[in-house]
Amino acid sequence: MTDISQSPVVAKKPSVDEARKKRTAKRYAAEKRFEYIGLGAVLSAGLFLVILLWTIVGNALPALTYNYLKVPIDLTSEKLTEENAATFDYRKIVRNGIYEAVPGVKGRKDRKKLRGLVSSGAAIELRSEVSANPQWIGTKQEIYLPLSDTADLYLKNLMGDITRPESERKFSDIEIKWSDQLKQQGKIDTRFNSIFFTHGASREPEMAGIWGAVVGSFMTLLVTLVLSVPVGVGAAIYLEEFAPKNRLTGFIEININNLAAVPSIVFGLLGLGFFLNGVHLGWFTLGGGFPRSAAITGGTVLALMTLPTVIIASRAAIKSVPPSIREAALGIGASKTQATFHHVLPLAMPGILTGTIIGMAGALGETAPLLLIGMVAFIVDIPGGFTDPATVLPVQIFMWADFPEIGFQQKTAAAILILLCFLIAMNAIAVWLRNKFERRW
Amino acid sequence: MSATKTSTVETTTPKISCSDVHVFYADKEAIKGVDLNIKEKQVTALIGPSGCGKSTFLRCINRMNDTIDICRVTGNIDIDGQDIYAPEVNVVDLRADVGMVFQKPNPFPKSIFENVAYGPRIHGLANGKADMADIVEKSLRRAGLWEEVKDRLDQPGTGLSGGQQQRLCIARAIAVSPSVILMDEPCSALDPIATSIVEELIDELRQNYTIVIVTHSMQQAARVSQDTAFFHLGEIVETGATEDIFTNPKDPRTESYITGRIG
Repeated sequence: MTDISQSPVVAKKPSVDEARKKRTAKRYAAEKRFEYIGLGAVLSAGLFLVILLWTIVGNALPALTYNYLKVPIDLTSEKLTEENAATFDYRKIVRNGIYEAVPGVKGRKDRKKLRGLVSSGAAIELRSEVSANPQWIGTKQEIYLPLSDTADLYLKNLMGDITRPESERKFSDIEIKWSDQLKQQGKIDTRFNSIFFTHGASREPEMAGIWGAVVGSFMTLLVTLVLSVPVGVGAAIYLEEFAPKNRLTGFIEININNLAAVPSIVFGLLGLGFFLNGVHLGWFTLGGGFPRSAAITGGTVLALMTLPTVIIASRAAIKSVPPSIREAALGIGASKTQATFHHVLPLAMPGILTGTIIGMAGALGETAPLLLIGMVAFIVDIPGGFTDPATVLPVQIFMWADFPEIGFQQKTAAAILILLCFLIAMNAIAVWLRNKFERRW
Repeated sequence: MSATKTSTVETTTPKISCSDVHVFYADKEAIKGVDLNIKEKQVTALIGPSGCGKSTFLRCINRMNDTIDICRVTGNIDIDGQDIYAPEVNVVDLRADVGMVFQKPNPFPKSIFENVAYGPRIHGLANGKADMADIVEKSLRRAGLWEEVKDRLDQPGTGLSGGQQQRLCIARAIAVSPSVILMDEPCSALDPIATSIVEELIDELRQNYTIVIVTHSMQQAARVSQDTAFFHLGEIVETGATEDIFTNPKDPRTESYITGRIG
């Protein structure tokens, strides 16, 4: 009996095991396959990131330094006094200094070329140097003045193939000769490019700086922050804690979610149509009157664009506070407002802050809506107030990328690098704030 | 079937008297006409199977149901002769007078001191820091927690054990000197040792406060309460002295429940 009943089991068992093993192996194989696909995705994403950063950093590095020429400057002219040092025309002084640095150049054409070795902004640089050092007036000095962008690029080996025929190059044989000669004489000094970090925009690559755009971005973001955070968080608190749940609030909620997905250029059109032009209703104009190209206008438009993000993030943060906290506060007689502001809001703060900073980072990188309200204008002066014409970092990058001069390629890359640094800094602050507030209890 | 009302001889006027209380969640009637008198400085236990409406009824007594949009309460609930649903009643003052302890310990994520001090502060009960410290100490002593936490009042209340947290919540409730304390299954999240400590505490608190406790545990109701009301499907089936209900239930449903056949 026992033999009969046991034998089929013994015979059957291996085949069951075999099938199960097969199935298990298949499952494990599928798991491994999926794991490798995921790993591959991460690695390729990382590779692209490395390529991106490599290109940007590689392009940006030359923009961080600049070549200066030691020019003998004669400040003994009787016309130059301490009073007019800040308004004096130094062009002639610079010109004579260059002729002295490279002696023996005759002929109008060659002399013009020689003058072109030094930046056309050199006279302005000299003016600010002399204004800062009035004791120089009446003496002879040797002052480092910025070279022209072509000379700088040649010295940085960024001119491309210089063995091409002269007519195909922007830098002629004689200019190359002079540059090499000056370099050999030790009259050229490579310095940190402080002009790039302190000047506003310019048509001359060597005189163009990022500071105007940085200040413009800062002011614009400040306006955005001041407008969107109180309104956004207030709206989120009202909708989450106070508003009755009915059709109207449901409709509002759907629309806020939809607004978050509206292309940013539409907000630019709104800014143009409403804030700048205004809506004309017969004799009455609604809106309008905002200054064109100004930080306050750009900031307002970006605030409208950022509001849905802030509201959605804040609502999610408020919703994630456990209801037991509200009940605890209400249960000992706190009013709804007290429960919200004493207990719910502090607990929701890390989420609100994170959402706000992410929204701000988005606003910082936004270009399209600002183009429409005129922040793409060519603005040389660094904005001194919220109503001054200004530009912002991404728009500056957009403009520089469009300029034909080779010198702007490096500027563009350097500006992108600066924008990325700001974005990384903001995200780091978001992470830091979140960790700080969450670790507290 | 109509609710059977056991007429315990009422020598004094009840602290809380409820008549014909109905509670609706949207169209669903959760409480169907409850009459109940709750005596002063006694523990009244509300027992019954899950979903029978005892928690909902408890939350009517301090109007916590007001916070639920779709919830509607009709009928009369008087505390010391004052209808608490009357328009002139300030719900904030009502909740200071009728404290509540919840099922899951829910201390604020603030320090132990702040947890207790918050109530007196928003109601302006303390004159200065020393007075506040006094109130906090008294409340913690009454909740039997002072000796355990006196050296770490500045540490987060959420860092205490479950039982300690629940006693902290009781201290927080009594810090605003209420006359009634509502407890919604206060021991359901606690282990047996913490439960027995809280039960002892409830027994002590009875001297100063009127306590209404919702519980799932029949033994707990028998241990801590003097009066018991048995809820079933949104109605009160039977009320009376706890001893009577447990030893001599009049309604067959009560008997089935306390002997474990329904619920």
